[in-house]
Amino acid sequence: MVVALLVGAKLLAVRARRESPLKQTTYECGESPAGMAWVRFHARYYVVALFFLLFDIEAAFLFPWGGNARELGVHGLVAILSFVAVVMLGWLWAVRKGALKWQ
Amino acid sequence: MNVVLTAVVTCVAILTGILTATAWLIWFERKFSGRMQSRLGPTMVGPSGLAQPVADLVKLLQKEDVVPEAADRALFDLAPKLAALCALGAAAVVPFSATVVGAKIDLGVLFLLAIGAVTVMPVFMAGWASNNKFALLGGMRALAQSISYEVPLVLSAMVPVILAGSMDVSKIVEAQTRDGWYLIDPVWLGLPAFGLFLLAMLAESNRIPFDIPEAESELVAGVTTEYGGMKFALFYLGEYVHTLVASAVASALFLGGWDGPFAPGLHWMVAKTVGLFVFVYWMRWSLLRFRSDQLMRICWYWLVPLAVALLLGAGAWVVL
Repeated sequence: MVVALLVGAKLLAVRARRESPLKQTTYECGESPAGMAWVRFHARYYVVALFFLLFDIEAAFLFPWGGNARELGVHGLVAILSFVAVVMLGWLWAVRKGALKWQ
Repeated sequence: MNVVLTAVVTCVAILTGILTATAWLIWFERKFSGRMQSRLGPTMVGPSGLAQPVADLVKLLQKEDVVPEAADRALFDLAPKLAALCALGAAAVVPFSATVVGAKIDLGVLFLLAIGAVTVMPVFMAGWASNNKFALLGGMRALAQSISYEVPLVLSAMVPVILAGSMDVSKIVEAQTRDGWYLIDPVWLGLPAFGLFLLAMLAESNRIPFDIPEAESELVAGVTTEYGGMKFALFYLGEYVHTLVASAVASALFLGGWDGPFAPGLHWMVAKTVGLFVFVYWMRWSLLRFRSDQLMRICWYWLVPLAVALLLGAGAWVVL
């Protein structure tokens, strides 16, 4: 069966192959491309990447608690509440500073 | 030996099922969107165009493989394969019924979220390797959007984890069979969490209204601009499988998974998944696209605090 599949795939994959320098150029709406795309440009939301790291680590801390919330009881809940409160204070500060705006 | 055999058979069955389902769900989407726009959709190949997916596959296989001169060849070739692989990998831990599971692992939810986060890497890889301005911009947008919506996705997925007290997807479904679906059980928690998860899921799989990485009216085709033939097909496949698997995850976490009366569990799971998938199509043809900065503002100003509040609410609900 495997052999049949492989042969079938090879037969199906009989492709046209005709190279031309024009075909191999970068697509830029039919114009000849102006320079490379690998240039410096403003990534706009680079602060967001830092934020993502922050919240992802927060999530990594929350997951162990999440699976055992019932067993950890009120003590665990209070601990998580204070932890999240600190992170969200940071979030509030960043929002006030305008860190999440289009720059 | 027997265990290995069972695992292999299950995995092959699940993969075949998903790929076949995806092929005909694409047909269904084309029909559906056609009807929504007063068109007929595919009609020529087979009755009601039912053989269209096969014809598409043959066509795409035979297309010439064009690689731009300026592209980074190795990454350019690798990206579509990785995209399809990541999307299919997530299906491993989704329980389609009590017995049909690729891999039962204790940290199923974490695995799903991790794979979901990795799916953006091949997209950006493609954008960078193409050395095309449209593709690079699409890749940057995909990256910014994906890491932003990852946060509400993770936090809202934690609500069922807290309610069920387990990170095994099968255990979460079992808990729902016992206590009622999380969508409606504590409705003030379940419904918003489900809504958040669905929104973040749409954004993660680059679906309208969050499809700015592809934005065909501004970026040609985003990251797939330079791709053709089978490589493009792999991207397309990856995107659809990602949406399908995400729908399956949403129905397992919030809609009770295989739980339901009268019919076997597998039927219910498939029905719920396809239902959510059709809902995603419906959104696609009903809504407009957000602008990049609006997208980020919605996420960081509203969705993230809401998700955190829901999470703490779920904790309080369980403990008190």
